[in-house]
Amino acid sequence: MELIQIDNFRWEIQKQGPMRVPARIYSSGAMIEAIKKEETFKQLVNVAQLPGIITAALAMPDIHWGYGFPIGGVAAFDCDEGVISPGGVGYDINCGVRLAVTNLTEKEVRPHLENLINALFSAIPAGVGSMSDIKLSYPDLKKVLKTGSDWAVKNGYGEDTDILHTEDHGCMEDADPSAISQRALDRGKKQLGTLGSGNHFLEIGVVDKIYDETAAQIFGLFENHITVMLHTGSRGMGHQVCDDFLASMTKKLHKGGIPVPDRQLACAKIKSPAGEQYYRAMSCAANFAWANRQVLMHHAKNVLMRIFNISPRDLAMRLVYDVCHNIAKFESHVVEGKKQRVCVHRKGATRAFAPGHPALSPDYRDTGQPILIPGDMGTASYVLSGTQKSMDETFGSTCHGAGRVLSRTAAKKAAKGRSLKRELEDKGIFVRWAGRSTMAEEMPDAYKDISQVVNVVHGSGISKKVAKLRPIAVVKG
Amino acid sequence: MAYELIDHTADIGIRVTETSIKNLFETAAHAMFEQITEPAKLNGTHTKKIHVKGIDPPDLLINWLRELLWCWTIDNCLVRKVAINVINNNHLSAKISYDKFDPKTHEILKDIKAVTYHDASVVQTDAGWEATIIFDV
Repeated sequence: MELIQIDNFRWEIQKQGPMRVPARIYSSGAMIEAIKKEETFKQLVNVAQLPGIITAALAMPDIHWGYGFPIGGVAAFDCDEGVISPGGVGYDINCGVRLAVTNLTEKEVRPHLENLINALFSAIPAGVGSMSDIKLSYPDLKKVLKTGSDWAVKNGYGEDTDILHTEDHGCMEDADPSAISQRALDRGKKQLGTLGSGNHFLEIGVVDKIYDETAAQIFGLFENHITVMLHTGSRGMGHQVCDDFLASMTKKLHKGGIPVPDRQLACAKIKSPAGEQYYRAMSCAANFAWANRQVLMHHAKNVLMRIFNISPRDLAMRLVYDVCHNIAKFESHVVEGKKQRVCVHRKGATRAFAPGHPALSPDYRDTGQPILIPGDMGTASYVLSGTQKSMDETFGSTCHGAGRVLSRTAAKKAAKGRSLKRELEDKGIFVRWAGRSTMAEEMPDAYKDISQVVNVVHGSGISKKVAKLRPIAVVKG
Repeated sequence: MAYELIDHTADIGIRVTETSIKNLFETAAHAMFEQITEPAKLNGTHTKKIHVKGIDPPDLLINWLRELLWCWTIDNCLVRKVAINVINNNHLSAKISYDKFDPKTHEILKDIKAVTYHDASVVQTDAGWEATIIFDV
């Protein structure tokens, strides 16, 4: 398969063989070489073969080898002819990021940083099998699944204004708890208000650099102010929903189902009972994830108030935004000059709506959607804004993070003999973690350089840089 | 029992080689639980029977590992040993022995979150059987 460079930031594999559309990759000359070594392009070409796919199978610059879809993949499907794919959303449905900003400054926080990180580590249930202090009955769990962030706010976890600054207001309306299995309910019941493991984290950061003064001001980002960033999703609930539907759709493959090049891409027509049921179930898991992030951010806020002995008013913690980066959604986009309702799959990709988009809260109508891009724990994270170009080229989507570059085994090998904790502390970053191998597997060297990834989406125009955040304390699962 | 870990950028995988399909499925189960905990430190105090179906051997293997993972994620069962009684291309029944997770005595090494279909295979070779499975971690 020949990879053709279109411009400085885009490469394409032309439509060939069973492909229904071309595959298009956003990258840079330096990063594209590394991706070539993986199976990533094959995965993108597989996606380009799915029925009803529109325009192109797209990959963001943080693309890496996943299963089924590559991570960093975006694909939009025609609502009549197209499919919906649990593997195209991923296991951690509505894995996402939320960012809050406070009135605290680095100067005020730095002397108490070790106390703060220890207090956060004990308040935030993190790691495998960590238990939540929220005991949900099945009826209450179903309310969470139906209403998402709203359930959390109504139960004292956060403010009404948080909802306005959450993608889809923290609730996908088609959620129907009767669409999900007892197993999914059982996995979710114990896990609301837990961080999880792997690459999930809570990070205290500092606004380090402003690129777009106007947007930063509207987002509430001011240099040297302390931020709280959270990365987690729907926990075991989302995994079970994905697993259940992958199993049932795979079972149908040999009974006249939709043929796919990889079983992890098992899918159903959007307009079919199986497709509709998956969408309703996926929406439940998405709502669970929003409620989860809402609860965890509330715990973090309480810790900050306690450690600094300040009132909510003095802390002035405000949610900048909450984005999801593993999801399928029905959205209107212009395709070949005509407005069309399509089902956009974003797997490790973030929505990036342009200024003026009706889905945005009035606060952000002039700036475009805030986009939250976490980097590795030792480098930086970015806040971007959505642009018209992302609407024109990528179905309103952009990257979601740094993207792994080392496998977990390779990372552990690279970490051997090093004290990563000390290395990070020397850079002024305090880290606490739950899992034995978390620190090595999640070490900064395991990820692509976040600045290179962000420079591609900024340079290509599908997002715009607003601010850079520098981590100073991190809790990992 | 023979298996090796496969490098995958985001996740981990196992490649299992065995002389029979029965041993292949048993070793795959053992390999999965060796990622989660140290089975040697388990007693296998409790037992239960498991029945699994699949459309073909790869699907059967995935459903078997899914079922065992489910024992862990929901019922907190750490599997010490599995013994498959009956196996064909579409069905297996087995007896498993396990301990209930106790944070004071058991260490959890890794969170296996799902068993994926990606690149999953079960093939008969000249030497016996070989399987590949990628886990979501």
